[in-house]
Amino acid sequence: MSNSDSPQKSTGLHIGEAGPGCKKTDPMLIIDHVKKSFGGLTAVDVEHLEIPKNAITALIGPNGAGKTTLFNLLTGFDTPDTGEWEFLGTSLSGVPSYKVAQMGQVRTFQLTKALSLLTVLDNMKLGAKNQVGESIFRALFPRSWRKQDAEIEIKAIELLKRFKLDTKQADFAASLSGGQRKLLEMARALMTDPVLVMLDEPMAGVNPALTQSLLGHVLDLKKEGMTVLFVEHDMHMVRHIADWVVVMAEGKVVAEGPPETVMNEQAVIDAYLGAHQDTDLGVVTGRISIIDQEKDK
Amino acid sequence: MDWGTIINNTLAGLLTPTTIAFALAALGLAMHFGFAGLLNFGIAGFMAIGAYGYAISVLTFGFPWWGGMIVGIIGSILFAILLGVPTLRLRGDYLAIVTIAAAEIVRLLFLTTAFTDVTGSADGLFGYNNSGGFTSANPFPPGSYGWGPWTYNSETLWVLTFGLGVLAVCVWFLWALMRSPWGRVIKGIREDEEAIRALGKNVFAYKLQALIIGGIFGGMGGIIYAAFANVSPGVYVTSITFFIWTSLLLGGAATIWGPVIGAVIFWTLQAFLSNILPELALAGILPVSGTQAATLRFVLVGIGLMLLVIYRPQGIFGDKRELTFVK
Amino acid sequence: MTRVVDVKNLTAGYLPGVNILNEANLYADKGELIGIIGPNGAGKSTLLKSVFGLVKVREGSITLNGEDIVGQKPNQLVAKGVGYIPQNNNVFPSLTIEENLQMGVFQDPKSYDKRLEFVVSIFDELGKRLKQRAGSLSGGERQMVAMGRALMMEPSVLLLDEPSAGLSPVRQDEAFLRVSEINKAGVTCIMVEQNARRCLQIADRAYVLDQGTDAVTGTGRELLNDPKVVGLYLGTLGT
Repeated sequence: MSNSDSPQKSTGLHIGEAGPGCKKTDPMLIIDHVKKSFGGLTAVDVEHLEIPKNAITALIGPNGAGKTTLFNLLTGFDTPDTGEWEFLGTSLSGVPSYKVAQMGQVRTFQLTKALSLLTVLDNMKLGAKNQVGESIFRALFPRSWRKQDAEIEIKAIELLKRFKLDTKQADFAASLSGGQRKLLEMARALMTDPVLVMLDEPMAGVNPALTQSLLGHVLDLKKEGMTVLFVEHDMHMVRHIADWVVVMAEGKVVAEGPPETVMNEQAVIDAYLGAHQDTDLGVVTGRISIIDQEKDK
Repeated sequence: MDWGTIINNTLAGLLTPTTIAFALAALGLAMHFGFAGLLNFGIAGFMAIGAYGYAISVLTFGFPWWGGMIVGIIGSILFAILLGVPTLRLRGDYLAIVTIAAAEIVRLLFLTTAFTDVTGSADGLFGYNNSGGFTSANPFPPGSYGWGPWTYNSETLWVLTFGLGVLAVCVWFLWALMRSPWGRVIKGIREDEEAIRALGKNVFAYKLQALIIGGIFGGMGGIIYAAFANVSPGVYVTSITFFIWTSLLLGGAATIWGPVIGAVIFWTLQAFLSNILPELALAGILPVSGTQAATLRFVLVGIGLMLLVIYRPQGIFGDKRELTFVK
Repeated sequence: MTRVVDVKNLTAGYLPGVNILNEANLYADKGELIGIIGPNGAGKSTLLKSVFGLVKVREGSITLNGEDIVGQKPNQLVAKGVGYIPQNNNVFPSLTIEENLQMGVFQDPKSYDKRLEFVVSIFDELGKRLKQRAGSLSGGERQMVAMGRALMMEPSVLLLDEPSAGLSPVRQDEAFLRVSEINKAGVTCIMVEQNARRCLQIADRAYVLDQGTDAVTGTGRELLNDPKVVGLYLGTLGT
C-alpha cells in the first residue's frame, strides 16, 4: 500500500473547537464524569468524551494513562466508581459485559484470546449471536438448530476466506501463529455483527508486513458502516487510518483532534511521541555518521 | 492361591450395580470438570442427596419408587443451585473448596442423630425398595440368569437392567449436549470465560446449567447404588469422591465414554486387588496380615491417581490437545 | 578471532515432532549489536531461548567463546557471562527495584555495590527509586529494571527479547537508545525485535528469520535499504 492510496479520512466529526471533551456531530458513545480508582491510584478520570459514529478513533497515550481501564469500563468488563456513559442513547451503567456485547459492541483483548483448545471454525461459530442451539433445552433437538448452524458455518467460512484463514478451519487454534490468532480474533469479533468494534492494541506483536493487511481489514470495517475505537502505540498506524485521535495521560483526556494536529502538539510529543519520531536512531546514537547516511541515499 | 475365585470375582466386577453407579457419577464429573472446567470435589454429596432423596421420600412420605427417584433428582438440582449461585461468579478454586465442605456437611446431616427418625443416622435406611415398589416392579421372574462370573438373581438383574438403561440415557444426553452449540459455548468457557463474555454469552448461566446437569447424573448414580444396596452415610465419604475422580481421569476427562470405561476398569481392578492381596498375604508373599492386605488396595488407588495425573492426565481416551490442565 | 556466540544449523522446538527452528545460523563477534527480525512464528524468541538453555536443542551447535554450551542450564550460562531479558514477566512485582537488582547478583552477592554503581550510571531513574515496588511500575519502567537486573552480573553477552514490546513511542526510543549505550560500553548484544525499523537503525548486523531459518543477513543499513526486506518484513508505512 503506497502513500498515494491513503484512505479517505472522515471530516466534520466535531462541533466547535477540537479539544478534550468536545462534542461530536453524531456520537455513538458518550462518557460523562467517569472515575475509576484502584486502591489510592486514580486510573481513569474523564470529564467528558464522545466517540463519533462511523469513524475510526484512536486512543493513544503512555502506559498507565488509563486506556485499557477505560476500555474495560466502556465494555462492561469493569465498573466505574462514578459516572454515566451511554451507547447509542442507552445507559450502560450496571450492564454486564455480555449484555453490552449483545447490544452491538465487541472488543478484542491485548493478549489475544483465540480459544486454542477449539478449532478455528468453532472459534468463529461461537461469535454468532442468537443461536437457537445454545439454549440448553433446544440443544437436545438438532432439528431445531441444524439449519441455523449451517448458515452460521457459511458466514464463518466467508469471513475466514477474507482473513485468509479458511485453509486452517479444521485446525486447533493453538497451531496458529501469533499474527494468525490476531486475525482470528478480529474475524470472530465480526461474526457478532457489531456496530462498534473496540480493538485493544490490535498491532501488538504483529509483524510490520502483516500490519498492512490488518489495517486494510480495519478500514473495511469503516466502509461497511461500523465505528472503530482502537488503542495503539504504533503511530504509523494511527496516522494512516485514524480519523480522530484522543490522547490520554494519567487518567485524563489531554488532547483531541485529527491526527496531524494532535500529533504535532508539543505536550503530546514530550509525554508520548518522543522527539525522535521521524529521525533515524542510528544517527541519534552516532553509530552511523551523516556522511554514510548520505551515501545510502 | 485360589486363582479360580480371584478371576471369577474380578470378572464379576466388570458389571455390577456399583460399577454403573460409579459410571453415572463419573459422567456427572465429566460434565463438570472435563467439559465445563468446574472443579467439583463434592460429587459424593450429589450421590448422597440422590440416594437419601429416594429413600426418605419412600419411607417417610410414602412416595412410589419412581416418585422417590424424581425427588432425588430434584434434590440434586437444588444442591447444584445452592453451590453454584454464590461461587460460580468467583474463581474456580472457590467452587472446589465449597464443594468439599458442602459434601461433608451433607454427609454429617445424614449422620447426625438429630434427624434419626427420617435419616436413620449411622444405621442408614433400608427396605425402601420393597415399600416403594421398586422390587415389585421387577419384570424378570425369579430365577438365575447369566452364566459364569456373570450370574445374577432376578433382583440384581432388574437393578442392572434399570441402571444400564439410565446410564444409556445419560450418556446419550451428554453426547447430544456436547455436540450442540451449547456444548461449544461450554468448551469455550472452560478455556477462557472473558473471551466468551465478550461474545455476548451469559457465562454464569451456562456454568450453572453445567453444574445442574452433572449434578443430576451424580444424583442418579446415588439412586442406582441405593436401589442395589442400602443407604448409609458411611458410603458418601470424601474417598468416594476421589475414587470417582480416578475413574474419570483414567478414562479421559473430556470424553463421553471415558468416564464409563474408567469406572469399569476401576471397579474391576478393585475387585482384582481385594481378592488377590489377601491371598498374597496368606501365602506369605506380602508381609502383612489378611485384613491389612485388603485395605492396601486403597493405598494403591492413591498412588495410581498420582501417577495418572503426572504421567497421563488425559487418561486412556482423552486428547491432550483438548485439556486445559495439561501444559 | 573466536566468535562470542556462534549458532550453526540449529534445530529446536517445543512440541514433540514440531520444529520451530530449522537449521538456523547466527553469529556475533565481540562488541557487536546483532538484530533478529522476522514474521510471527519465525522462531526469533525460540532462537534466543535456545542459546540461553531454555529450549532443548534437537540438532546443531551453539558455542560461547568457542565452548560448546548445548545442554547447559541457564544458571551455568549466567555464571559464564550471559544475560537474558525475557519479553514478559521480566521483574519480580512483589519486590522493590533494589531487591530486583539484588536478584541479579544472586550468584555473586558481594559484587552488588560495585555493579549497582555501574547500572545506576546508565539508568539514573532507577537509582532515585530503589525502594519502589516493581509491581507499581509502568511497562517501560519495568523494562528498565529488567535490563538493569541483567546488567548486574556484568554480562559479556546480553540476549534481549523484544525490549520495545508494548511501550509507547517515546519509551521505545529510550529502550533502543539504552541498548545502544550498553553495547557501546562493551557488551555484545543480540536483540530480537518486532519494531524492525528501529532495530535495524541501531544494529551492526542483523538476521531476518523466516520459517525457522536465517533467510537474509547483512549489516543493519543493508537490510534497511533492501527493497525485498522492506516489502516482505518492514512494510512501507514508515517511509
